Amino acid sequence: MSARLMQGNEAIAEGALVAGVRFFGGYPITPSTEIAESLAKMLPKVGGTFIQMEDEIASMGVVLGASLAGRKVLTASSGPGISLKQELIGYASAAEIPVVIVNVQRVGPSTGQPTAPSQGDVMQARWGTHGDHSIIVLSPWSVREAFEVTVRAVNYAERFRTPVILLTDEIVGHLRENVELPDKVKVYPRRAPKISRAEGYEPYTPDEDLVPNIANFGEGYHIHVTGLIHDETGFPSGSPKVTREAIKRMHEKISRAEDEIVDVHREFMDDAEVAVVSFGGTSRTAYEAVLNARKRGLKVGFIRLVTIFPFADKIIRELSKNLRGLLVADLNFGQIVNEVERVAECPVKLCAKYDMTIFEPEEIEKSIDELVAEVK
Amino acid sequence: MRSYEKFFRRNRLPHRWFPGCGNGIVMKAIVQAIEKNPAFTQDNTVIVSGIGCSSRASGYMDFDTLHTAHGRAIPFATGIKLARPELNVVVITGDGDCTAIGGNHFIHGCRRNVDLTVVLFNNNIYGMTGGQASPMTPLGKKATTAPYGSVDRPFDACKLAEAAGATYVARSTAFHVQHLVKTIEDGLSNRGFSFIEALVQCPTAYGRRNKMGDPAKMMAWMRDNAVMKTAWDKLPDDKKIGEKFPIGLFYRAQEQDYDAAYQQVIDIAGGAAK
Repeated sequence: MSARLMQGNEAIAEGALVAGVRFFGGYPITPSTEIAESLAKMLPKVGGTFIQMEDEIASMGVVLGASLAGRKVLTASSGPGISLKQELIGYASAAEIPVVIVNVQRVGPSTGQPTAPSQGDVMQARWGTHGDHSIIVLSPWSVREAFEVTVRAVNYAERFRTPVILLTDEIVGHLRENVELPDKVKVYPRRAPKISRAEGYEPYTPDEDLVPNIANFGEGYHIHVTGLIHDETGFPSGSPKVTREAIKRMHEKISRAEDEIVDVHREFMDDAEVAVVSFGGTSRTAYEAVLNARKRGLKVGFIRLVTIFPFADKIIRELSKNLRGLLVADLNFGQIVNEVERVAECPVKLCAKYDMTIFEPEEIEKSIDELVAEVK
Repeated sequence: MRSYEKFFRRNRLPHRWFPGCGNGIVMKAIVQAIEKNPAFTQDNTVIVSGIGCSSRASGYMDFDTLHTAHGRAIPFATGIKLARPELNVVVITGDGDCTAIGGNHFIHGCRRNVDLTVVLFNNNIYGMTGGQASPMTPLGKKATTAPYGSVDRPFDACKLAEAAGATYVARSTAFHVQHLVKTIEDGLSNRGFSFIEALVQCPTAYGRRNKMGDPAKMMAWMRDNAVMKTAWDKLPDDKKIGEKFPIGLFYRAQEQDYDAAYQQVIDIAGGAAK
């Protein structure tokens, strides 16, 4: 494919298509709408389905139904819509239905500041739906990476049979860059039953990687899918043992693959005495701040979270052992900082911004200088 | 074994509905209607339900079955049908599930004319949670959350479905079993959004509180008050009194269903076949 000028949101649509997504259900909301608009044009060209639903809850329901019928699916929204989708994100966790939910973050809470940039939905992405559940959350920092991370999100959703949140932001969503995208990528196929019904197939019996090979509807398996806690047969169970094992497996199927899923972009860490932690659109500013500080002779490292959850506990902890301090650039009141403080073995400083404008490099640089002075 | 019994997961039976509940009658009517339609097999039919007493039915039925979240059966069913149009999709829902928390999905399902058959088990109450008023609890009837009688004007779900664009709309009751089976059968064969309201008795959470007597008395009430649509239309307004209500076919139209309409979109876009 030749180089094209495109938006982060358009790159997400391109990534979805190449990764095999053939069904999108959504509801209009800025700053995510371009994803729906792009897929409304693109999906019918490849025999896929686009549908605009009556609300955000229905958008989640329709993609989950399509996923159970065998399609790879994606939906996209922003804060107010993501809040409404939480009910069925939990359903997707409980019933183990592959689905990618894109959140192009804007300022909240509630209607907030439409549609200025923010990264205030970090903890919602992890804990937005009720009850114990596992989830994967990824975030790109460029248009090219928006494409790549979407492919990865679709593949993880299929491989782990889990909802995956693509937590981008208005900065990357509306950013335009000249990118050359591949026509083909590595695609994880829909998992299929390994034994027949006659051989005693049970839809929720986990495979060796703890993920079940659930049949699609219409393949003759007569499976039952429910949001109630269920055993291997898929039918509800009132047993404490089944409940414990179901919740444990749901977490372990992802935590077991953590080393593979957790992706942290690191630069200048060899000589770093302090480092800046950030993700998504904010990382673009943080990177420039780090470069500027280094030009002034400060030994500053750059840590960018591509995988937000599962959180990079091990990596941050290991890196922190050789650092005098970590600065977290949070485009919110302070969310990532709590995760970093939980695992870091060095002092952690917060540089927070929540005024509907993005960071200026100077703001982060000033915080770097303060941190350097504090930890001297 | 009776021929329709193969449609049930016998290891999941007996069902857990209370003695005298009408849900089992409607569930049986659904499988009897399915049995009469050769296009519906156990392998190509998906039963989708919401949350509530009636929505338990999906677990008893031997098809691919989906017990969704409260009110959300129609969006899930829409996704299944559009992803794989060759599948037959039947939705089982209740009065609270369909017309309260799922009300928006219901009217938009009707509007799109997705090829689904929706059977609403109307017991006039939230049964599973112990008898709270629903949007289909008649005026003046008592519920735990309407201890002095309901003042909320109820929906006529059939009128709602017709106005919203459903292409097959009918009502029957747990008493009129043969009629109920035929009504569902006709709904299944309509290509488009079919809506059937099946009135069921809930002696435990509704009848008892409203002094309607035992299950047999509640069914006798259906017999005495239901009027066939053809006769209803001839009744002068001063005879449409008390608790009388019409049953039968209210509306039927042949209109393009959503999948056929979207196939045109694919054609215009120059897309490949699914």
